Amino acid sequence: MSSANAKHPELSTIFNKDEARVDWHDETLWWIRQKRDKAAWTIPEWEELRETASGIKNNVLSNLHEYLIEFEQKAIANGIVVHWAADANEHNEIIHSILQQHKVSQIVKSKSMLTEECGLNEYLAQHSIDVVDTDLGERIVQLANEHPSHIVLPCIHWKKEEIGELFHKHLNTPKGNADPQFLTNAARIHLREKFLTRRIAITGVNFAVAETGEFVVCTNEGNADMGAHLADVHIACMGIEKIIPQRKHLGVFLRLLARSATGQPITTYSSHFKKPNINQQLHIILVDNGRTVQLGREDFRNSLKCIRCAACFNTCPVYRRSGGHSYHTAIAGPIGAILAPNLDMKKYADLPFASTLCGSCSNVCPVKIDIHNQLYKWRQVITEEGYSPKTKTIAMKAMAATLSSPAIFNVAGKAGRWVMKYLPFFVNNRFNPWYKQRNMPAPPQQSFTQWYKKNRS
Amino acid sequence: MKSRETILNAVKNNQPALQQLPELNALIAIQYNDKFLQFSTVLKTIGGNVVEIKHTDEIIEYVKNNFSSNQNFVTTLPVLNNIKMLDENLDAHFLENIELAILTALFGVAENGAVWLTDKEIKIRALPFICQHLAVLLYKRDLVSNMQMAYDLIGENNHEFGVFIAGPSKTADIEQSLVLGAHGPKTMTVFVLE
Repeated sequence: MSSANAKHPELSTIFNKDEARVDWHDETLWWIRQKRDKAAWTIPEWEELRETASGIKNNVLSNLHEYLIEFEQKAIANGIVVHWAADANEHNEIIHSILQQHKVSQIVKSKSMLTEECGLNEYLAQHSIDVVDTDLGERIVQLANEHPSHIVLPCIHWKKEEIGELFHKHLNTPKGNADPQFLTNAARIHLREKFLTRRIAITGVNFAVAETGEFVVCTNEGNADMGAHLADVHIACMGIEKIIPQRKHLGVFLRLLARSATGQPITTYSSHFKKPNINQQLHIILVDNGRTVQLGREDFRNSLKCIRCAACFNTCPVYRRSGGHSYHTAIAGPIGAILAPNLDMKKYADLPFASTLCGSCSNVCPVKIDIHNQLYKWRQVITEEGYSPKTKTIAMKAMAATLSSPAIFNVAGKAGRWVMKYLPFFVNNRFNPWYKQRNMPAPPQQSFTQWYKKNRS
Repeated sequence: MKSRETILNAVKNNQPALQQLPELNALIAIQYNDKFLQFSTVLKTIGGNVVEIKHTDEIIEYVKNNFSSNQNFVTTLPVLNNIKMLDENLDAHFLENIELAILTALFGVAENGAVWLTDKEIKIRALPFICQHLAVLLYKRDLVSNMQMAYDLIGENNHEFGVFIAGPSKTADIEQSLVLGAHGPKTMTVFVLE
């Protein structure tokens, strides 16, 4: 990332410098979107399934207080230690204090977007704790000192030759070897040693069941299980919105999650943790970090229904061609663009504008979040609050003035056609944001008004 | 515990009016006439092996022919008398060199090729993840069509740990090239017994 304050348009420009790479990124994600479609079509009741999942999540949000208390009670009865964290900092402190109690300075962590959101790795690094991310994609970006660019496919922006080079540098693989099978095996050997020697493992949580106090973690690699079952202490981190009412509801969500994410019928492992392993401590941290505020925003609360499948990323024409890092937040893509402004409206004011509002995200969302409507609503809130991007504000004001006065509209139309015809360089230049990545259209010979007068009156 | 009260109060104040929980019985989930055909087709697509057997002796025969001998094999099935029984008291870290673990599954799910095991079948939680190759025994009669029926079967069972496993451990993180054997088993074989 170029600078701390760079926004989506600037960051996309960096990503767009390599056009062939952008095409490759775009096509790879679209291929995953197509796999999602094929998987969905094998289930005749797919739409009812989405409707049911959406209904369950609506119920969860409307009864979250009771479900959280029920989950806590059941989890404690199961022998799990339950912690509550109001914000990212408290979440990080709780983890650090558990590590200190056990005098542990090296840990393994499987994929948890919440810990990304909370900046856990950076926090623990400052306290001299060595964290090894064990999901292969996450390990790759971690070795490269980057963040995941996608919540399900963390290194989707990396080419295998670059990964080969990275592994050569860090894992001593032979230079020039870029074979995925070979590189994966090198990572397997490297990470097995970590699983076998680290005494504390952190995992995320996909679903937590109020009725039973158990939680479910889904992976394909088996890294969450390898970490959790081989450690003395397992710490699971979850946002408070991950609760579902009853165990039987897992049937609905597990049918939707992997099909929506990658087109698989189910993830390889769907592990149900109910009680601690023998001689093991099991901790759960329930994290708010802005979620209760979002719950109170009527227009935006149902963004909390998200199950983090990333179907909206894969289908989004803007995400596919701008890359995950252009969103400068832990959760990129359309869903990230409606979650982030809740955390910091000024810092993320650009994100709801990083969309064509085509609505494809809402159409693939397994829990029917109206993502594109929320993007549109955030734009209004952000503009009202005075955080909208400057150039857009000026352009919009000029547009409003032009459209509200027929006289100005006529003059402006004539002027525009004249400029495009005789002074094309005036619009075909880098100061016109519309000219970027696009050719300006040929100017029409006459305006619609002129045409209408000639042909219809 | 201050944050607990803060969070719970904020949730209570901000949560919308109660919305009814949908009735799951109203959702008619797909059923398959030939559950075994569906199960084996899906499991093979996601990298698993399916072996139909008439008798458990065939497991021993299959293992002999398909896995190199003199290896570290364990099982939790007393019926497989040629294969070493798992020592349940073993520290999980010593399972790292297990070449093949043969366990038993409670049931399988036709729609996604997954099998369900709990700590009672696994004995040591790390076992099905740390072994180099995994095999499970499944009775053909224990196949259900879909995940809703799967959770009807699990019901209120008081497992301490339970897992759906669908195929070998895998990753496609390097340029979307599928690689079997990410951290866990490189192969998964399901012996389906008539």
